[in-house]
Amino acid sequence: MNHFSLTKHLSGLWQNNPALVQLLGLCPLLAVSNSAINALALGMATILTLLLTNMLVSATRQWLINEIRIPVYVLLIAGVVTCVGMLINAYAHSIYLRLGIFIPLIITNCMILARAEAWASRRPVAHAALDALTHGIGFAVVLIVMGSVRELVGSGTLFADSHLLFGELAGPEPLIDLSIDRGLLIAILPPGAFFLLGMLIAAKNALAQYKPLSSASPVENT
Amino acid sequence: MTRQAIAGRDALTLAAYALAVGIVLLVIQQCTAERIRTNQLRVLTSTLNQVIPASGYDNNPLTDKIDIADNNYTRTVYRALLGNQPAAAAVTAVAPDGYSGNIDLLIGISFNGDIIGVRVLSHRETPGLGDEIEHSKSDWIMTFDGKSKKDELTWTVRKDGGDFDQFTGATITPRAVIRAVEQTLEWYAQHRQTIFESL
Repeated sequence: MNHFSLTKHLSGLWQNNPALVQLLGLCPLLAVSNSAINALALGMATILTLLLTNMLVSATRQWLINEIRIPVYVLLIAGVVTCVGMLINAYAHSIYLRLGIFIPLIITNCMILARAEAWASRRPVAHAALDALTHGIGFAVVLIVMGSVRELVGSGTLFADSHLLFGELAGPEPLIDLSIDRGLLIAILPPGAFFLLGMLIAAKNALAQYKPLSSASPVENT
Repeated sequence: MTRQAIAGRDALTLAAYALAVGIVLLVIQQCTAERIRTNQLRVLTSTLNQVIPASGYDNNPLTDKIDIADNNYTRTVYRALLGNQPAAAAVTAVAPDGYSGNIDLLIGISFNGDIIGVRVLSHRETPGLGDEIEHSKSDWIMTFDGKSKKDELTWTVRKDGGDFDQFTGATITPRAVIRAVEQTLEWYAQHRQTIFESL
């Protein structure tokens, strides 16, 4: 059962996207996507955490005992998230202040526990790492798309305050600045996050249903 | 294996994992603690210098600080001295009646009771409306600069007949901040002796 299937490995990017299909990790997805730079920072932290936990779970899977596997996953995830949090606090302090409670809350992102249980605990380290990257990137991309749209509509800027993440590499000027005094406020308020996520899921479903019509191959649902 | 043996094995495995994770955490914590402390100090210094300019003192207010209880809130007072004479104080304040939870403020007051500067340390006001109290979002917070209780001012928003602007769409937030600043000025006037008495 361990033969390599690329489609299965890459499914986290689109077909089985954690945010749009599995609807995992909605709390950070909805709460932190109010600006592109917040989304990018939390996306990167989530990818790093997922990569480390998946690899750790996979590397220690021979000692794993079935009855205590869940506490062990939780222990590993909590340890990794705490380490990542301390590193962000030390090396990107302003981002740490901006994301605040959402860094420790990565622990509660069910996507990470789900990947450990469903995938990493039964695969070699390299496969677990690839799976972490595809699912992590799939999640982060949705987070960043939501952050960008909400920031653009709600504040009229894109990637404002990027110096908080990149230091001197990026100035405080946003990538795009529409110079509007006040955007459509609902976009950066919590309801805007729900509306936008709903629209993204609907768009994804519409695309998935449109495909079989254009090609002759039968519907393959997973 | 007997049930006891299985339970023992499970407990030992879990303990081994916990020990390993604990050791890694301890190592990372030791490696980052110094940098984190420096970061926090830098943020605090930069906020402090926004309410009391660095040219206005020659001591280190971050270490020269005292906590004074005010009802159920403890104010932290950072003392700024120039040539061992009292120059100013940065006083923490809380506005409990904002639109969404507490608004934490740092208020720089000169020795004779004029406001030097006010900054918001943390708040949970509505983004795009109430967050204009942040210096990075608008200049509103600068309206306090130079004001004092000696001025003939009505300390509330114009909508309530006061002398301070509200923002479009948000009255509760500025009203709460103005009230907290006024109360802090009164509190400072009553406690100025206590604050600087050890000099």
